[in-house]
Amino acid sequence: MIINHPLLGPRDAAEFIYLGDASLIDRPDWQAEDAAAKFYEYGYLRDNPAGQHQELWYHEQGDRSWLVVTRNTLTHEITKVELARDVARTRGRDK
Amino acid sequence: MSQINRVKGGLIDRSTPMNFTFNGKSMQGFAGDTLASALLANGQRLVGRSFKYHRPRGIFSAGSEEPNALVQLRSGAHQEPNTRATVAELFDGLTATSQNHRGSLEFDLMALTDYASPFLSAGFYYKTFMWPKALWEKFYEPVIRSSAGLGRLSMDEDPDIYDKGFLHCDLLVIGAGPSGISAALAAGRSGARVILADEDFAPGGRLNAETLEVDGMSGADWATQALAELAAMDNVQIMTRTTIYGSYDHGVYGALERCTDHLASSNGKPRQILWRIYSKRAVLAAGSTERPIAFGNNDRPGVMLAGAVRTYVNRFGATPGQQVAVFTNNDDGWRTAADLAAKGVNVTAIIDSRDKPAVCDVPGARHIRNAAVRDTAGRKGLKSVTLTDDQIIDCDCLAVSGGWNPNVHLTCHQRGRPEWRDDISAFVPGGTLPVGMAVAGAANGALTLGAALAEGRAIANQQIKDLGFTASRKAAPKAEDEAFECSPMWHVGESIKRAWLDLQNDVTVKDVKLSHREGFRSVELLKRYTTLGMATDQGKTANIPALAVMAECTGKTIPETGTTIFRPPYTPVPLGALGGRARGHDFRPTRLTPSHEWAKANGASFVTVGNWMRAEWYTRPGEKGWRDSVDREALNTRTNVGICDVTTLGKIDVQGKDAAEFLNKVYSNAFAKLAVGKVRYGLMLREDGICYDDGTTARMSENHFVMTTTTANAVLVFRRLEFARQCLWPNMDVHLISTTDGWAQFAVAGPKSRDLLRKIVDEDTDLSNEGFPFMGCAEVTVCGGTPARLFRISFSGELAFEIAVPARFGNSMMEVLNKAGEEFGAAPYGTEALGVMRIEKGHVTANELNGQTTAQNIGLGMMVSQKKECIGNVLSQRPEMVGDDLRLMGFRPVDHSLDVIAGSHFITKGDEANMANDQGWMTSTAWSPNLGHSIGLGFIKRGNERIGEVVRAVSPVHGKEMEVEIVSAHFIDPEGERLRG
Repeated sequence: MIINHPLLGPRDAAEFIYLGDASLIDRPDWQAEDAAAKFYEYGYLRDNPAGQHQELWYHEQGDRSWLVVTRNTLTHEITKVELARDVARTRGRDK
Repeated sequence: MSQINRVKGGLIDRSTPMNFTFNGKSMQGFAGDTLASALLANGQRLVGRSFKYHRPRGIFSAGSEEPNALVQLRSGAHQEPNTRATVAELFDGLTATSQNHRGSLEFDLMALTDYASPFLSAGFYYKTFMWPKALWEKFYEPVIRSSAGLGRLSMDEDPDIYDKGFLHCDLLVIGAGPSGISAALAAGRSGARVILADEDFAPGGRLNAETLEVDGMSGADWATQALAELAAMDNVQIMTRTTIYGSYDHGVYGALERCTDHLASSNGKPRQILWRIYSKRAVLAAGSTERPIAFGNNDRPGVMLAGAVRTYVNRFGATPGQQVAVFTNNDDGWRTAADLAAKGVNVTAIIDSRDKPAVCDVPGARHIRNAAVRDTAGRKGLKSVTLTDDQIIDCDCLAVSGGWNPNVHLTCHQRGRPEWRDDISAFVPGGTLPVGMAVAGAANGALTLGAALAEGRAIANQQIKDLGFTASRKAAPKAEDEAFECSPMWHVGESIKRAWLDLQNDVTVKDVKLSHREGFRSVELLKRYTTLGMATDQGKTANIPALAVMAECTGKTIPETGTTIFRPPYTPVPLGALGGRARGHDFRPTRLTPSHEWAKANGASFVTVGNWMRAEWYTRPGEKGWRDSVDREALNTRTNVGICDVTTLGKIDVQGKDAAEFLNKVYSNAFAKLAVGKVRYGLMLREDGICYDDGTTARMSENHFVMTTTTANAVLVFRRLEFARQCLWPNMDVHLISTTDGWAQFAVAGPKSRDLLRKIVDEDTDLSNEGFPFMGCAEVTVCGGTPARLFRISFSGELAFEIAVPARFGNSMMEVLNKAGEEFGAAPYGTEALGVMRIEKGHVTANELNGQTTAQNIGLGMMVSQKKECIGNVLSQRPEMVGDDLRLMGFRPVDHSLDVIAGSHFITKGDEANMANDQGWMTSTAWSPNLGHSIGLGFIKRGNERIGEVVRAVSPVHGKEMEVEIVSAHFIDPEGERLRG
């Protein structure tokens, strides 16, 4: 597969490490009342869609960017590649 | 034997003879021959034995689809089994032997299995050998094993070199036949970067095998001219002897280039190169493969595909027989007859299954309409065929044509599913093709020359226009469209004898019918039950006729029956090529520590730790075994001073205004308030609360920290920190860089370490206990100005320092430290002594941080702060984890003469040794030279409350057990006075 890195252009998937669902960005609030339940869901529950999937890839053999790649799990078509940091900021991670 | 079957013409170079041997027999061919064409020229019809029944077999095809003519090429370590003679290019000195027989090829003892064929039908493995059970291991399995397989490996290491490479292009053209060349010409003329790849050594595809004309010249001449034009274009790369074997995501293709397979010796060059081709667009012009018709005894040497017979005569000037009959269900078969007659080969009869007038005039040949072959005679070579009307026709070669199947394979490597086209009675590409791929020519069902040439150009132009190129205006090459009308016939129903569908796996029509009767009706089940379409040819000539027979059985149509899924590779790819240069020592990179050279010169023995080579101990004269060295090193470190290269530990530079706050989040214990010039031990958890890694982190200045990780997790921790920095806390001002390779670091440990360092560290640094206390750190200079970092940390439990210098000074530093330390009795120590001393101190490593244990388990529960946000602290409070009472403890044998055994499980005295009574396990053991007996670390339930208790340590694996006493994990200096001294 080829991942169109937002900073470096098209790169072979072999340069990347795959982590999984981009929901891992949404780390729960540790002080919330239901923090234990939320962290359990965060740690163990994942969607496994047949189709569009937002997932985290790490450009370990490159610039060390974490990317959020929107990939169709049936066709491997990649429709969007973003810097995970930008995604995290848009999702309201404020620290 | 001379070349009795040579006929005039062909693309061989008769001025360059080539000598070769087959089964030890000397023969001669010419440059431009394949092994198969040279064998046929020499009249060698019998070339091998079939897989299951050991039936005599000959050459069946003229290309990579060959199911029969598999031979062993070359000899010694270069021996290569299962080589298709039809694609093996002849070279002077080639040696080939036949395979899969016991005794000679002519008198194969295993041919007896043919008489047992009634018992060896499809699925016989599942039905036979069931009982008596006792016979399985002693008899059935050895017999089956020894008779399985085709060729034999040399069992020597492969002496050849294989390489890998990467290529990029705008348009990849797969196949250099008429449509492929036409496509490459169109794209090349537009200026696009083109790669034209073909598996053959002579590009041209069927143009080389036919007598058809293009633009008023012979097809082969036109191909030569077109390739010359392409070769002159800077933007076109022609790759011959290169098979595109797989289509992968996003326009990536796998290619195997056979660089020196056609030479007697590689001369140190790579034998094959595995290419990864990145294409923006691709044109699949893979052509088509002829399919046979099944009839009784259709596997005899001499029964061949009609198109192949034509290829041998036209391209190689070698006729497979002197008296040839043609059996066809389509117009194309007639061209074989015509071409043979034109070369002066005696064509005895044309047997056409259709009731149709002669397609063309073939002098001397009888035309038998509305008939079929139902049986053949001639055990080791065809002698005659019997028709459905019982007439017998003498012939030594039967050319069979059942129509042509487009080579759709690469269109199916992702999601494509072929579609049936009634007008050509064949599957054509269908469904979703790989991204960027379009199909042209015969592969797309355009089975005639004029159409293929036009389609190649049109498809290529369309592809390059998509990329923004302007198509050249030059017209497509012109050729006539030959007749190809086909009336499908898959097998001759009147055959009484076995009729082969898959020659390579000995699958007959009867087997398919049996499979149907027994319920294995889906094509995927049919394949696995009968082995249809398996092995080197992947059923290229077998699959479609077999599924047509299945369709007949089920009463469904062929498209309803469907095909099995084609997967890469298209043709076999040697494991050597897939491995490339990554084999043996080069399988993975080797990382050497900065002091490697010094260690090597000073008696070090090395151990592989991940990719690292670390000194495990340094042997001194007179030491009889490793234990002598390790005991000495450990004792010396605790008495004098020891020096150990600890560079392999991960080092991560953490800088930025929020660096302290960041560390506070990734470590479970507090880091925010660590003072400048201080080091702290840190524990990292996984998000699920399990221990992940540990190490020390030093605060060099307000916004600059140096973190260390374990050797094994150096890369993983760095990855994780980047995740935390970019994804979890994206607004923090933190920057990370791995400096593991940048700094050489040495542990200098022992009561005399300070004395030693005073000689190394420049005078302006105060090394006194007050000036440089335990857990202090500083940037210093050594040896008169060399920059260094000094940390007062201790893994051994002694007064100790770690000193880091830029990696290029590492080897010298090791030398300087040892020389300066001579007066203090300094000695280097390796990983074994390091391990002994850490066990003596109860320090954990991967044996204890094994991905299943918690901070509480290792006695560091207090280090998981609940007062701050950090990775893992929330889930570490789950009741199941909090309630887990396993604790890390020390263990010593009650009988000091015994060695404790790692992996032993603890059982309370008086209890039976079983899982229910399991109290924990021993994680690490060592012989302590300081205590004079064996010691161990381990986890045991409620360990902290059981000090002094004696339990059983049971190792059923070793069949041993002993009594051990539970003690503190800190065997030496439990108060830590030494390291603070």
